[in-house]
Amino acid sequence: MSRFEVVRTGASAPASQPVTQKGVSHRGAEANPSAKALQDKFGAAVRRVEVIWGETVVFIDPASVHDVIRWLHDDESQRYDFLSDVTAVEYRDAEVPIEVVWHLRSLPFRRFLRVKAQIPKGQPLEIASVYDIYRSADWLERECYDMFGIRFSGHPDLRRILMWEQYKEGFPLRKDFPLRGRFSRSEQLRQALAQNPEARYSMEELSIADAFAELPEEMRARLSKGERTGE
Amino acid sequence: MAKRTVEVELSTTGLDAQGRPQRVPILTDDGGGGLALQAPPAMEPDLDGEHMLINIGPQHPATHGVLRLVLELDGETVVRCIPHIGYLHCGFEKIGEYRQYNQIICWTDREDYLNSIGNNVAFALGAERLFGIEITERCKVLRVIASELSRIMSHLVWLGTFCIDIGAFTPFLWAFQRREEIYRLLEKWIGARLTTSATRVGGMAADIPNGWMDGLRQFIRTFPHTLDEIDRVLTKNAIWVGRTVGLGVMSPEEAINWGLSGPMLRASGVDYDVRKDFPYLDYETYDFEVPVGTNGDVYDRYLVRFEELRQSVRILQQAADRLSDGPVNIDDPRIILPPKSKATSEMESMIHHFKVVMEGPRPPIGESYFAVESPKGEKGYYMVSDGTAKPVRWRIRPPSFVNLAAIPKMVEGHLLSDVIAINASIDIVMGEIDR
Repeated sequence: MSRFEVVRTGASAPASQPVTQKGVSHRGAEANPSAKALQDKFGAAVRRVEVIWGETVVFIDPASVHDVIRWLHDDESQRYDFLSDVTAVEYRDAEVPIEVVWHLRSLPFRRFLRVKAQIPKGQPLEIASVYDIYRSADWLERECYDMFGIRFSGHPDLRRILMWEQYKEGFPLRKDFPLRGRFSRSEQLRQALAQNPEARYSMEELSIADAFAELPEEMRARLSKGERTGE
Repeated sequence: MAKRTVEVELSTTGLDAQGRPQRVPILTDDGGGGLALQAPPAMEPDLDGEHMLINIGPQHPATHGVLRLVLELDGETVVRCIPHIGYLHCGFEKIGEYRQYNQIICWTDREDYLNSIGNNVAFALGAERLFGIEITERCKVLRVIASELSRIMSHLVWLGTFCIDIGAFTPFLWAFQRREEIYRLLEKWIGARLTTSATRVGGMAADIPNGWMDGLRQFIRTFPHTLDEIDRVLTKNAIWVGRTVGLGVMSPEEAINWGLSGPMLRASGVDYDVRKDFPYLDYETYDFEVPVGTNGDVYDRYLVRFEELRQSVRILQQAADRLSDGPVNIDDPRIILPPKSKATSEMESMIHHFKVVMEGPRPPIGESYFAVESPKGEKGYYMVSDGTAKPVRWRIRPPSFVNLAAIPKMVEGHLLSDVIAINASIDIVMGEIDR
């Protein structure tokens, strides 16, 4: 059995022990050096840099998301190799655009960076996927799509993950989505009861071992008439 | 303080030099008076390469909750694995936008329910970053005790259920017996076993009762014996080793790229531990080591979690020794409830009580992402505030959600029975994955 070399975190960082942050100020703490490097490298694509509670937030142009994150991942002086989270924020104030948020960690430098892209009002909710850079983006982007309806272009398998595929009520974490759902309880129950057993499998799954061909004639007819399958 | 690599030594008979389980050769008479190795049995004929569709779950005891896996099998080998999640989705993040910060703490119990008090601590720390609060020394130590007790509880459940999945029943009973003791301690402290809701923004719901530390010290003293016992029956057991070594291997580069965290990542040989690399609660002042595996398989995940149990006991011991007297909660009536006796007798305290309960504490405009090392991995709470008493966005970074996303990669090419072992080694909690 092959053994791996142990990867040490903080290997590229100056020899200092990280300590618990104390007395973090609301604004004005020192920014992560990566923010300056990003401004030097990408210029106007970096819209602004904020430091909130000691965490550096870099607002970037939505069109250059992929380039910026690719550079942060690949560049020897940055090496943000760990994608903690992909999510989005919609504000209660309808004037504020929806933000897509990436939380990146550089394990060799022990750095943390929040990258944000604001999708302007009135534009389709679409942004580049970072799936080809981080495989962890797979489910995180799917969840973000499921909850906010943000389409990550370039994601190979962008479908709902927590809600089922036939879910018709919209995107639950949007502010215009009521807390109790769009449909009434009776309508939700009616839809749940109307589901067919074969609809538990997606067409891709039904293609395994010719499962589709073995379904009863009537089920096949329903499915080929376009009844959605899969969860 | 130095991080340490736990050397994985496999010295069980029945293993070859590389640590792989070895078949005992069957010797036959070679006809000339000597003995010869029997030829390996011929493989079964390929049934026209016909694949099979197998559905596991969502109601299946070995999926650790309502996880559903659709598998494509070639004989008994997994060709493709398609996981389905969401059966337990309750919309925690949506509900959080309609609740005050102290009310959300009750929701964090129910999300990773094996680590409820650890989630309470994590959420309170995140909210305090957002409020700009510095908590008291006693509160910090109490929270370290809470987090480590909860890590032990979670790992014991993992250990017990993992044993059952693989077919060992006794360690399950030993593990759950000790877990029950921690539950009793928590019940004495908080009044609840599972849904603890132990923290408040700026402090704890309750200080520990008199004599509680004696119970904790007794647990610290006796718990390592149980660990030794389980160690003795499992770690060098040839069946255990045979069922776990070489399964679901993730290399360090893959593990980082797939976003694995916690014991999953450390078993792959990356020594990333939030407590060491981005410390909180003064973890850098505790003397403990981070176990790191070198093979990245199911067996290494077992060893890493097992060693973490021992290290948690060390941390508990140090925390018990340094617990000082003093206030638990910060002194700020806008955030912390006044004592009940004052709230019913003094006008000013009653107003504070009313304001905190009815309106809730308000953080300034801002946002924070606070990550802690939960038993499952890096658990982060991302909160965005617009200055009102309820967050605009409350995001949970669920470690087992991201860890589970790697299951198709880990199980492909392995046997159907190994899917159960690999799934158990991820240590998933569906409450956290579906939220």
